[in-house]
Amino acid sequence: MARIIVVTSGKGGVGKTTTSSSIATGLALKGHRTVVIDFDVGLRNLDLLMGCERRVVYDFVNVINGEAELHQALIRDKRTENLSILPASQTRDKEALTHEGVEKVLNQLAKDFEYIICDSPAGIEHGALMALYFADEAIITTNPEVSSVRDSDRILGILQSKSRRAVENLEPVKEHLLVTRYNPDRVTRGEMLNIQDVEEILAIPLIGVIPESTSVLKASNQGVPVVCNTESDAGQAYNDVVARFLGEDIPHRFLEPAKKGFLQRMFGGIG
Amino acid sequence: MNLMQLFRSSRKEDNSAAIAKERLQIIVAHERNSRSGRDFLPAMERDILQVIQKYIEIQQECIDIKLDSQDGCSILEVNVQLPN
Repeated sequence: MARIIVVTSGKGGVGKTTTSSSIATGLALKGHRTVVIDFDVGLRNLDLLMGCERRVVYDFVNVINGEAELHQALIRDKRTENLSILPASQTRDKEALTHEGVEKVLNQLAKDFEYIICDSPAGIEHGALMALYFADEAIITTNPEVSSVRDSDRILGILQSKSRRAVENLEPVKEHLLVTRYNPDRVTRGEMLNIQDVEEILAIPLIGVIPESTSVLKASNQGVPVVCNTESDAGQAYNDVVARFLGEDIPHRFLEPAKKGFLQRMFGGIG
Repeated sequence: MNLMQLFRSSRKEDNSAAIAKERLQIIVAHERNSRSGRDFLPAMERDILQVIQKYIEIQQECIDIKLDSQDGCSILEVNVQLPN
């Protein structure tokens, strides 16, 4: 039975697509047949982060409208076995995603894949609602910042009232909190909400903390999900998230400021 | 603590994270209340007013109803100002 996982947040720019690409790649690297779907119709970007933007021929909406077969639209990842990408349409609007259409595609994918990752668009409009509707689990991507935390809480309310599992009175969507762009130095200085604060306010289990890292921009520049960069802190943190998602019990890392050398300790960063 | 920080003031407003947490706790609690079906309050207020008006003459503004939750316990507070 395939698991459908939505990566969502409410707020834009918090790292949903970065997270979708890394978690999908991480699951595939562990040998699980995984597909990642871009639900951001009109503003697709998952293809760029996955480095397959020049291989897009057909898209999600083409498949829904019967203009292409699913296998024609799916892009097999060149680096990672077991991984496919279903890109969003760049030209249609979000209304092109119908309940019936999305359900049909998900059912078809469920035959071939173990995990279906749905990369939600920002906001709480149609595209975001479609991305979360069929979810079994949700990864709530949140920055330690007031507007992001508030929007995450809003999305949690929607998951609990408007998802298929809520509407059909099934077991609720399993929620996971993923805090991204965490900066332990700023937390120590009292300039940023700490992990316990965010956990306490949102009151859902924490699946991981991704530190603010230069490797994330580098990864998107290159079109290689940051999880592949096992040297980097963010890459390691995403690897931990994938392992925890698969049931491993691993302590959280990168919560404390990096140890500094003597000179740095004396003079620090200015500002 | 480094030398630069020694020269910085350590007033309370420097700890903006604490302010963020406090503001978030209030707004999130408020928004959760308003989406958890608490919109029956105005109708209930009207009904209670009608029952009281059967016996005592009071005005709409003499009745105040609040629903609060503290530590997982909900408190319904009904305040009626009776005329002298």
